[in-house]
Amino acid sequence: MSINQFIDQQLKSSDVVLFMKGTPQFPQCGFSGQVVQILDYLGVPYKGINILDSDELRQGIKAYSNWPTIPQLYVKGEFVGGCDIIREMFQSGELKGVLKEKGVELRERAQA
Amino acid sequence: MAMDARDIERLIKAAIPDAHVEIRDLAGDGDHYAATVVAESFRGKSRVQQHQMVYAALKGSMGGALHALALQTTIPDGR
Repeated sequence: MSINQFIDQQLKSSDVVLFMKGTPQFPQCGFSGQVVQILDYLGVPYKGINILDSDELRQGIKAYSNWPTIPQLYVKGEFVGGCDIIREMFQSGELKGVLKEKGVELRERAQA
Repeated sequence: MAMDARDIERLIKAAIPDAHVEIRDLAGDGDHYAATVVAESFRGKSRVQQHQMVYAALKGSMGGALHALALQTTIPDGR
């Protein structure tokens, strides 16, 4: 299986996929950690894929999206953005709208 | 490896001539920058496409010589 086929398969298997450094439990980069915090805050179910596990994947994902940095967030197979864009979309409330629009069910959170 | 803020600005302006570029050196180490790029050329493009234009302007430096560039792109006079 080529690396692009592997990425396609991952994107088909989950509605929300985050390619990141480290894991959602142990992010190994501040930028990846920020996106994890945002997704957890919104109650988004997602699959985290650690690109540090494979150099082929680390290079492959950058070519796949024509995007030079990690993290990369995909919703329903579509690249939505890296850390800066996700943070900006979260702060403006846009991210929640995009997730809803694409039919991603957010988990119930206790209201503050 | 580090990159000078003026080099970053020069590369962006060379590729996006109408860009207004503002760069802050976040850590004072020549390696962690925040850039705000305002350009009419961004109109009609998604955020991902706008950032891709800036990354293309940096000709592969992003993720290489340039470790961290927090990027914000906007169109003049809001959206």
